[in-house]
Amino acid sequence: MEFFLVSLLNGVSYGLLLFMLSSGLTLIFSMLGVLNFAHASFYMLGAYFGYQVSRAVGFWPALIVAPLLVGAIGAAVERYGLRRVHRFGHVPELLFTFGLAYLIEEVVHLIWGRIAVDYRIPPSLDFFAFEIFESQYPAYRVFMMAVSIAMLGGLYWMLTRTRIGLIIRAALTHADMVQALGHNVPRVFMLVFGSGCALAALAGVIGGNAFVTEPAMAAAVGSIVFVVIVVGGLGSLAGAFIASLAIGIIQTFAVALDWSLLDTFRDLGWNGDVALSIGAIKLSQFAPVLPYVLMVLILIFRPRGLLGRRDT
Amino acid sequence: MQLRYGVAAFALTVGCFAGSAFAQPVKIAYIDPLSGAFANVGEAGAAQFQAVIDDINAKGGVLNGRKLELVKFDNKTSPQESLIQFNAVTDQGIRFITQGNGSSVAGVLIDAVNKWNERNPDKTVLFLNYAAVDPDFTNDKCSFWHFRFDANSDMKMQALTSFIAKKPSIKKVYLFNQDYQFGKQVSKAANDMLGKKRPDIKIVGDEFIPLGKVKDFAPYVAKIKAAGADTIITGNWGNDLSLFVKAAREAGLKSDFYTYYGGGLGTPAALGAAAEGNVKQITEWHMNIPGTKVEQFAVDFKKKHKIEFYYGRVNVEMRMLAAAMNSAGSDNPAKVAQALEGMFLSTEIGDVEMRKDDHQLMQNLYISTFTKADGKSVKYDVEDTGFGFKTDIELQRKDTMLPTTCKMKRPV
Repeated sequence: MEFFLVSLLNGVSYGLLLFMLSSGLTLIFSMLGVLNFAHASFYMLGAYFGYQVSRAVGFWPALIVAPLLVGAIGAAVERYGLRRVHRFGHVPELLFTFGLAYLIEEVVHLIWGRIAVDYRIPPSLDFFAFEIFESQYPAYRVFMMAVSIAMLGGLYWMLTRTRIGLIIRAALTHADMVQALGHNVPRVFMLVFGSGCALAALAGVIGGNAFVTEPAMAAAVGSIVFVVIVVGGLGSLAGAFIASLAIGIIQTFAVALDWSLLDTFRDLGWNGDVALSIGAIKLSQFAPVLPYVLMVLILIFRPRGLLGRRDT
Repeated sequence: MQLRYGVAAFALTVGCFAGSAFAQPVKIAYIDPLSGAFANVGEAGAAQFQAVIDDINAKGGVLNGRKLELVKFDNKTSPQESLIQFNAVTDQGIRFITQGNGSSVAGVLIDAVNKWNERNPDKTVLFLNYAAVDPDFTNDKCSFWHFRFDANSDMKMQALTSFIAKKPSIKKVYLFNQDYQFGKQVSKAANDMLGKKRPDIKIVGDEFIPLGKVKDFAPYVAKIKAAGADTIITGNWGNDLSLFVKAAREAGLKSDFYTYYGGGLGTPAALGAAAEGNVKQITEWHMNIPGTKVEQFAVDFKKKHKIEFYYGRVNVEMRMLAAAMNSAGSDNPAKVAQALEGMFLSTEIGDVEMRKDDHQLMQNLYISTFTKADGKSVKYDVEDTGFGFKTDIELQRKDTMLPTTCKMKRPV
């Protein structure tokens, strides 16, 4: 029971972090139709900025300042890069963001070097929040969950209850009409791209010290983020939320199980060499691959994703 | 020590008088990743080789004033790419190669060198391995053309388990390794050796994780906690180690970590305070061993390159190569290899011996713990973390030796 609860909490907190990362990506995709390959790089920038700012003025200001800075960079990228490339169609856009990811990585190499920086959890959050039977649960994980739930709530509120949200949703389907009504649609797009990057950066600020802040971190999360939005359905925020939680929990529980196919094969009376070599792999060894298996299954049986509206 | 200084002084004198500054340098090919995921490790290794070579050259070089020269080749940690680079090496007529990152690469290179030398007996190449620790290379797969300067993974496990055997408080051990050749060997050796030395210790877990794929280690930590392990043995390196230790400390896991690569490049910085007092490493050298002559060199190196001088064995490898060339009086790899076999040398990090039977270097090993730097017993911190390594135990050369199954075939 104790193990079950701890694992569930771990799964949920990892899932929520994944959601923070992927929400920006899926938001940008639904608005601009751009699959931003550099998204994970903005996550990395967030972590590095968070590290740098928190060294200067502390973690709490960094939590606000770093995402704003990265958001500004993101907005600039949209305004002066993506918008120009947009004229030439989708493939150049993809290539542009692809190149941008490399560019950001090299810049990070130049400024902070190739090895990890010493970005630590702030002492004010470095304690145990509560005990589950005999296990202590770290406060920082609780904090991570709180931030991403607050972010989800804020995003939902902004998109459904405010005027700007109204315009954004309208621009999503009827950009020309919104423009004709006198709204500056390109600026809305810039804003959305910037906020998407800022959200990734926020995940970076709180994920960078929970995990590790180094130049390879973008590549490490890049693939899993795409899995989340494909499984959830491209462009669907709610889908991304369900998919990230599901992936977080599936992965966590798969690790816990030492079950292997061997037993099943034996029950079926299959005892050959092949059965031995395949069956010896334990489910826990297989855990990190499961999200990708899930993605392949989704693409085969429901290509639009869990809550996606269009076939891709 | 006597020998080296003597030779150096001799070389310096002769070098000056003979005016052989125009002599060809002896080139050493460094085949390691200079791009890709492990580029940082490869670049750091290259910088350390270069620093040692510069020092040797400044003190007169080898063979009466000839210089050593490091030539870098990027293998992207890939065995296939390494073979291409090896072709480039032989095309350029370079006769010495050194490599360390990845036993998969080293295995391919050993085969390539063996084949090349068989076909080109007048253009032989010598392989100096500074970090690939697969025990096979100095056992069943041993080669006359391969010398290893790092303790192999079985020797390190032997040392770790001897240390563990003397700690009665250790009751439950969890093995946590990466899912590839090296991780499997660590696990197998730990199972065998603990079973012999401390049959009462229960191995409560034997986990394999995919190499470099896991981002969140919290689920694994919960599992280890549920198993009640007081000690963890891990061959993990890089992020697979630092993320693991961080997650463990976050969840309040009190177990001790016995690691192979706790002090490896970038790991201490990523660990930070999370590792204080419970992460141990096994190495041939670290900064806080008093009385080694490499201390000032390492301090200067750090000042210049902003990274730690980690590979004590790189120092040993280059000094031994220089000494072997000088005593053979030649840069012919076959003659140098003969001089290296069984060579005994006093180096900056202590006395070492190249075992003739299998070409495995025998050197003292140290088990040390990540401890707060205090300027006294822990004089230096690593990677500006405020923490450094403090020796728990020094294992003598003879105690680290293991029997070998190698049947060395020497060229006639």
